[in-house]
Amino acid sequence: MTAPTYDLGKLHGGLRLPGHKSASTTAAIRDVPIPSQLVLPITQHVGDPAQPVVGTGDRVLKGQVIAEPDGTLGAPVHASSSGKVIAIEPWPVSRRYGDNAPCIIIECDGEDRAVENDGRWGDFLSLQPADLLLRILDGGIVGLGGAVFPTAQKLMQARTCKIETLLLNGVECEPYISCDDMLMRERAAEILGGAQILMHAMQIESCYIAVESDKPDALHSLGDALAELGDDRLVLKQVPTIYPSGGEDQLVQLVTNREVPSGGLPTDVGCLVQNVGTAAAVNDWIIKHEPLISRVTTVAGDGIANPMNVRARIGTTIADVVKFTGGYAEQADHLIIGGPMTGKSMSTDRVPLVKATNSILVVLKTSFQGNELACIRCGDCASVCPIQLLPQQLFWYARADDEVKLREFGLIDCIECGCCDLVCPSHIPLTANFQIAKGRIQELADEKGRAERARRRFEARNERLEQEKQNREAELARQKNSAKQAGPAAIAEILKRKQQQREDD
Amino acid sequence: MDFARRPSPYWSARVAVPSLMLQVLAALIPAAIAHVWFFGPGFIFNLLVASIFAVGGEWLMMVLRKRPPEVALTDYTALVTAALLAFAVPSLTPWWVTATGALFAIVVAKHLYGGLGFNIFNPAMAGYVVILIAFPMHLNLWIAPRMGDIDYQYLTVLQTLKYTLTGSLPDVLGFDAVSRATPLDVMKSGLNGMRTVSEIRANPIMGDFGGRGWEWIGNFLAIGGFWLLIKKIIRWHIPVGVGVGLMLPATIMYLVDPGSHPSPGFHLFSGATILCAFFIATDPVSAATSPKGRLVFGFGIGILIFCIRTWGSYADGVAFAVLIMNMAVPAIDLVTRPHIVGHDRKRTKPS
Repeated sequence: MTAPTYDLGKLHGGLRLPGHKSASTTAAIRDVPIPSQLVLPITQHVGDPAQPVVGTGDRVLKGQVIAEPDGTLGAPVHASSSGKVIAIEPWPVSRRYGDNAPCIIIECDGEDRAVENDGRWGDFLSLQPADLLLRILDGGIVGLGGAVFPTAQKLMQARTCKIETLLLNGVECEPYISCDDMLMRERAAEILGGAQILMHAMQIESCYIAVESDKPDALHSLGDALAELGDDRLVLKQVPTIYPSGGEDQLVQLVTNREVPSGGLPTDVGCLVQNVGTAAAVNDWIIKHEPLISRVTTVAGDGIANPMNVRARIGTTIADVVKFTGGYAEQADHLIIGGPMTGKSMSTDRVPLVKATNSILVVLKTSFQGNELACIRCGDCASVCPIQLLPQQLFWYARADDEVKLREFGLIDCIECGCCDLVCPSHIPLTANFQIAKGRIQELADEKGRAERARRRFEARNERLEQEKQNREAELARQKNSAKQAGPAAIAEILKRKQQQREDD
Repeated sequence: MDFARRPSPYWSARVAVPSLMLQVLAALIPAAIAHVWFFGPGFIFNLLVASIFAVGGEWLMMVLRKRPPEVALTDYTALVTAALLAFAVPSLTPWWVTATGALFAIVVAKHLYGGLGFNIFNPAMAGYVVILIAFPMHLNLWIAPRMGDIDYQYLTVLQTLKYTLTGSLPDVLGFDAVSRATPLDVMKSGLNGMRTVSEIRANPIMGDFGGRGWEWIGNFLAIGGFWLLIKKIIRWHIPVGVGVGLMLPATIMYLVDPGSHPSPGFHLFSGATILCAFFIATDPVSAATSPKGRLVFGFGIGILIFCIRTWGSYADGVAFAVLIMNMAVPAIDLVTRPHIVGHDRKRTKPS
C-alpha cells in the first residue's frame, strides 16, 4: 500500500538538504550489550529534576524506579538494567555542552533481572482515559523526538484544549538521523498500537501519521501495518522532504495548514503532536509493561567507522555505544548529540545516552570552513527562514543589543533551525548569534523581574511604614481627645496615679 | 575521548561572497567583448583604470580604518564596482575621469559609510554621478558604434590609449570626426526639436529597437543576467520590477502618443536599462531585502528612469533613479516586512 499525498499546507522557506541517511539504514537495528556501568541523569526531561529514591549501595532491578518526579512537571527514571548503585554524583551530560549534572551511577551485574510485573494490566480500552494518563506517567515516557517533554503531562495539558487530531511525527528532517525511519520500518505495528492508546487517552477519533517522501520503506511498512490493523481512524500522510518540516509547529502547518500562534502550542490549533518513537514507547509500557529504559539512536557521520542504528540502554555512555559500532574514524573532531543542524556539541564522550539522544554524530575537522565577512543584505536568509523572520535584520539588532527591535522582529519565534547559516554567503554564524541574543533577552527579563520585585517590596515597605505612622498619629490624637473629653478631674487622677508610682519607687 | 566544541549548525554555507562576485564578473564578459567590438578598445583601458583605483582605494581605506586589507581585496566587490563603472563611462574617457569616479565610489560611497554591507548608495552609481556632473563634456563623448553603414572612423589601439592617458586626440582627428551623440541623446534632442519619433529613428545610429551596437551589448548583458538568475546569484524581483516600472509607463505613453514617445522596446534596449536591471539595481547591499520590497525597489527605479528620460534634462536616468531609490530603501524595508509565522496578520504592520 502506498501513501497518498494529501492537500498539504505550505511551509515558507526551508532547505533541501542532502540526507546522508543511506549509510546508517542498510542494516537492521542492532542491540548494544549491557554496559558495565550505567550513568542515569535525574533530569532527562523538560521540567523539575526527578528525586533519587535509591541510595548508594542499593541493589536495583531492571525497570525499577530509581528517581521519582518532584514538582508539577517531570518523569520518573527507571534502572535500565540490574546492578548496584555505586554513586549519585555530578557527571557530564549531553545538555548544555556536556556540563555536569547529578546522575545515578549503576554498576551492572550483567544478569539483567527485571522487576516483577504487578499483574497483567488488562485491555487499555477498559481503562478510564484519566487512569490511562496516570499510567503513562509512571512509564517515564518523554517526547523522543528530542524535546523530551513528559508525555503524560503533554497529554494532560492537551486534555484542557479542544483537540481534533493526533499527529504522529515520522518526519525526520535532519540529515544523518535515521532512528525513527528504522523504527517505522521495523516496528510499525507497535507505533500504530501506541497511536491507538494515545487516541483512547485523549478520546479523539483522528490520527495522521506524517512521514517524509524520502522514506519509502517506512511508508511501505506503515502502510502494510495499517492495512492489517484495519482502523480507518488512522491515516498515513506523505509530506515533502524539506528541512525543517519535522519541527512540531512546522509539521502542524504542513499537514493542517494552520499556523501555531507565536508563543503557543499545537494544541492551540487542535493538534497533538507525538513522535513515532514516543508512540512505540507508550505501546511498550501499556501493553508489555516495559518502561522507557532503552531507545534507538543513530550513530553516524564521517567520524564514525561503521554508521548504523542501535538500540541502547538509557545510561550507556556515548563512548560505549561508539565502541560497539566499531569506534571513531581518524580525524574525528566534533561529537554532536543530535543532527548537524541543531545538535549539541559535546566536549567528551563520557556523557551518557539519554532519552533525548536520537543521534550520535561525529564529524571531521575538515568539515568546517568559513571566513566571516560583513552582511551584504542578500536576503537569502530571509527567503529560507521557515518562520519568515528577517535574520539579517535580527543579526543587526542582536549586534546593537536592541531588545525592543529584537522582540518586534520576532527573535523569540526563531526555532534555531540553522537554515540561515547554510545560505549565508558571508558565513555569519547567525543561529549562534540568535541563541546568545535570546539568552540576553532572557537575562534582561529576569533582571527586570528582579528589579520589579525589589521595587514592589520597597514600595510595600514604605506604604507599611506610612500606614504605621498614620496609625500611631491617629492613636495619639484619639488619646489626647479622650483626655480632653474626660476633663480636669481625669487629668488630676492620672497625675495622682503617677505621683503614687514615683513614691513607690 | 575529548572533542572540540562549537555552536550549531555544523554545516557551513557552500556559497561565499568572493565566488558570487567572481560570477557576476564572469556574467559581464560577453557584454564586455561586445563593447570592445562595437566601441573599440577604450573599454579595456577604462576597466583597467577603474580597477586599479577601486582596488587601490579599497586597500587605502582598509589600512586607514585599521582593518586587514586582504579581507576586502579578496572579496572582489571593488572589481565589480570598477567593472560597472567601466560599462557606464564612454569608451573614450581620460583616465582621471574614470579614476575620480572609482575613488569616489570606493572611498566615499562605500568606506565612509562603513564599508562592504553598510553603504547606503550603490558605489558605482554614486561614482558615476559625480563624474557626470564634474566632467559632463567627457561623459557625453561616445564614439560611433562599429556598424557597416555609418562612416566609421577607426581609432587605433594606440590612439585610444593616448586619449585615455592624455585626453587628446591625434591632430588629424577632431572630436566631431569620431564621436556621436548616443541614441538616447538623439532621441531627446530630436523630440525637443519637435521631430516625430519615426523621423528620429531614421538616424543611422538607431538599430532595430534601441541604438545600434547598444542593443547588442544589451542582449549580451541580458544573457549574463539570465545566467545569474539561473545560478540564483540574483533573484528575479529587481529585474522584473525595473522592467515593468519602465515598460508600463513607456507602453501607455507610446499607445497614447506614438509620435512623441519612443516605443517601450527602445527604452528597454537603450542606454543602461538592462545593465541596471540585472547588474546595478541588483547590488544587494543598497537594495531592499524582502522579495516584495525588491519588486517595489525595482519598480521605482523603472518609473524614475522613464520620468528622467522623458521629462528630465539627462538623456539616461539610470544612475539617478538607482540613487534615489537607494534613499527609499529603509522605508521600503519597513513597509514590506513579511508576516512572521504564528503572529497576528494584522499586527505585523510597521509601528
